[in-house]
Amino acid sequence: MALLEILKVPDERLKQASDPVEVFDDALRSFIDDLEETRLAGPGAVGIAAPQVGRFQRIVIVDVSNTRKPVPNHGYMVLVNPEITHWEGYEMGREGCLSVPDYTGNVIRATHLEVKAQDPRGKILEFKMEGFEARALQHEMDHLEGMLFVDRVVSRRTDLFRRKVYLKGRKAIGSA
Amino acid sequence: MNNWKMLTLVGEDRPGIVAKVTEALYRNGWNLGEASMIRLGANFSIMMMVTGEGDAEQILAPVASELKLHLHVDKITGGLHQHRVPNIQVRVLGADRAGIVAQVAGALLNVGFNILELESDVAGSSDKPVYIMNIEGYTDAALEQVENAVSTLGDIDVAVSPIETLIG
Repeated sequence: MALLEILKVPDERLKQASDPVEVFDDALRSFIDDLEETRLAGPGAVGIAAPQVGRFQRIVIVDVSNTRKPVPNHGYMVLVNPEITHWEGYEMGREGCLSVPDYTGNVIRATHLEVKAQDPRGKILEFKMEGFEARALQHEMDHLEGMLFVDRVVSRRTDLFRRKVYLKGRKAIGSA
Repeated sequence: MNNWKMLTLVGEDRPGIVAKVTEALYRNGWNLGEASMIRLGANFSIMMMVTGEGDAEQILAPVASELKLHLHVDKITGGLHQHRVPNIQVRVLGADRAGIVAQVAGALLNVGFNILELESDVAGSSDKPVYIMNIEGYTDAALEQVENAVSTLGDIDVAVSPIETLIG
């Protein structure tokens, strides 16, 4: 296990697209362990992508099981060659990035995803995910295309004003 | 050493304010930090952290005079990288009336809410104005406490939602 160096803006390599993984060997799995160790060493990161440490292969890790308020999640996920096969809905949320220190901004993401990927041994995985977990995966998959959340930040002035009916003593009920 | 100053510029909006103000600073070797610039009504307002050698007021006097801008410079403490990440967002919408901001902000203060950012706008029409406000801030209080604090404001919609910042 080893901590890997995280590339930070304005490093041009963060704009590079990554290639599919074709060989599922011990070297791959060892790299994934290092990638996870690197994620955990950062400031509360819920995901990390291989290109963030300079390895331009389509590998992401997502784990949103440890948020302040629990959100629907699949626990620790390693997704190799991930593909979004279906997406629905959108909402705004605040994001930051290990590769963009000391900056956060609002980004619009799909709220519901269906995802196909492979595990570190090449086995096919399929997930349905929503909300924060879906956001995390989209953020990480952007890295595989050389995209950063700062490329998608929207002005707070153009906030989507979600109409909510405020019910006394109950949770607010949202409607799009 | 902290040598930041807060520069405030306000005047009637027209093209070129940002370009000419920042050009004058740049030509005199000044650097910019964080800034907020926006059109409010028919005015343009600039709040900007700047640092450099010499007298900022003197440097900007010609351009302020040309563009009819009010200029104000304050020495400030605290430089860059002081960001606080908000954990709660409050959205407000209601028929415009006096006191909306004071009541919402007062209710939030009661639960120790520190406003980090507030934007408000008057939408609708002149005869039926609508007040829209978006607040982001930080409090250690639970979401439910914040909801309860703003639940008595009757005629306006106040929606409180958590902000979970994703780091990835």
